[in-house]
Amino acid sequence: MANLNDLKLRISSVKSTQKITSAMKMVAAAKLRRAQEQAVASRPYAERMARMLGSLAVSAGKQPGASPLLAGTGKDDVHLLIVAAADRGLCGGFNTNIVKEARKKAYELIKAGKTVKFYCIGRKSRDQLRREFGSRIVDTIEDIAKPSLGFDKATTVSDRVLGMFDAGEFDVCTIFYAKFKSVMLQVPSAQQLIPFEAEGDADASGLADGSIYDYEPSDEKILRDLLPRNISIQIFKAMLENAASEHGARMSAMDSATRNAGEMIDSLSIKYNRTRQANITNELIEIISAKEAL
Amino acid sequence: MANQQVEFELVSPEKLLLSQNVDMVVVPGEDGDFGVLPRHAPMISTVRPGVIAIYSGKEISERIFVAGGFAEVTTERCTVLAEIAQPVSELDKATVQQQLQDAKEDFSDAQDDAGRDAARKQIELSEARLTAIG
Repeated sequence: MANLNDLKLRISSVKSTQKITSAMKMVAAAKLRRAQEQAVASRPYAERMARMLGSLAVSAGKQPGASPLLAGTGKDDVHLLIVAAADRGLCGGFNTNIVKEARKKAYELIKAGKTVKFYCIGRKSRDQLRREFGSRIVDTIEDIAKPSLGFDKATTVSDRVLGMFDAGEFDVCTIFYAKFKSVMLQVPSAQQLIPFEAEGDADASGLADGSIYDYEPSDEKILRDLLPRNISIQIFKAMLENAASEHGARMSAMDSATRNAGEMIDSLSIKYNRTRQANITNELIEIISAKEAL
Repeated sequence: MANQQVEFELVSPEKLLLSQNVDMVVVPGEDGDFGVLPRHAPMISTVRPGVIAIYSGKEISERIFVAGGFAEVTTERCTVLAEIAQPVSELDKATVQQQLQDAKEDFSDAQDDAGRDAARKQIELSEARLTAIG
């Protein structure tokens, strides 16, 4: 009979797990919607920034003495990898995939004789990198989404990164994050932040009608202001994409967990009922055979 | 010309704050305020902390404080990218004075150049806010 009780206990524990996973799925769905809205809302700024930067980079970028943020330091010995992952787990392969991408790149660089440094965004990114690259992690920022994911968080990161760049602590900076394609699909990707790489469509050197901008006070000065801000924006964008990806990944992970729990409950219930019936049959046989023997 | 308007957009990193057609907008540029009317020559300028004034007709309909940023002007559009923007009517004099006081204390307490720089920026911002309130 103990077997029967064990089964009962297992069924009820799987049931409560299922309740938790399905609640987490719903929470993730609600958060995903918010994260997506935030990502969409932040797009206009990034677009306009890219447009301005595109036209400025064309006119001022090729001059001698251009900002090292644009032209680079002329070396690529020290690489800073910003690894943006989540603070919490239980979201499928989300964190692991990002870290895997970063790790691959790090080993390539180390093999080529470069120095690699890490900047971790999110607790999970640090946890996963600590064992292999503990001494190379220069800084970590946690609790990125508490109380909410704001631009100030991105500024904190970018201030630190720019401070290190000014101090000559690295030459090239790349950020790793998950691009949000859909709820089911998040693509871990790498984007180079320093030196600035113009995106494919940002080659608008003038206006549609061919006229050219006037720059006030001067193109170099604007560029000097614009480039550091662009770094913050790019980091912010990566963080927002990441947030959406995280919730998407958690949603689908929790969805399949809920489904698995359901299947488990079904099979356990069948097992439970069979065992119960077998027990009853056994008892009946015992009673009948006892009666016959009398 | 009377029916022509400028498409004015105010964008923060978090969202598009304002997008409307206005008669004229005055932006505090780095080298001085400039007004934008329809068919303004295209230009890009940095913006210092100050007040953006939106005109409908000859009256100022809205005053918005921005803590620096960039402005892009084309013949039919004026886009301001600002990290911090708030309507002047929402600024409270006592709070701002308190902020200024705090920033000044931070400045004298700061141990290194980085801390002093950060505090100085805060002081400048608070002073710009005070000027905005008038």
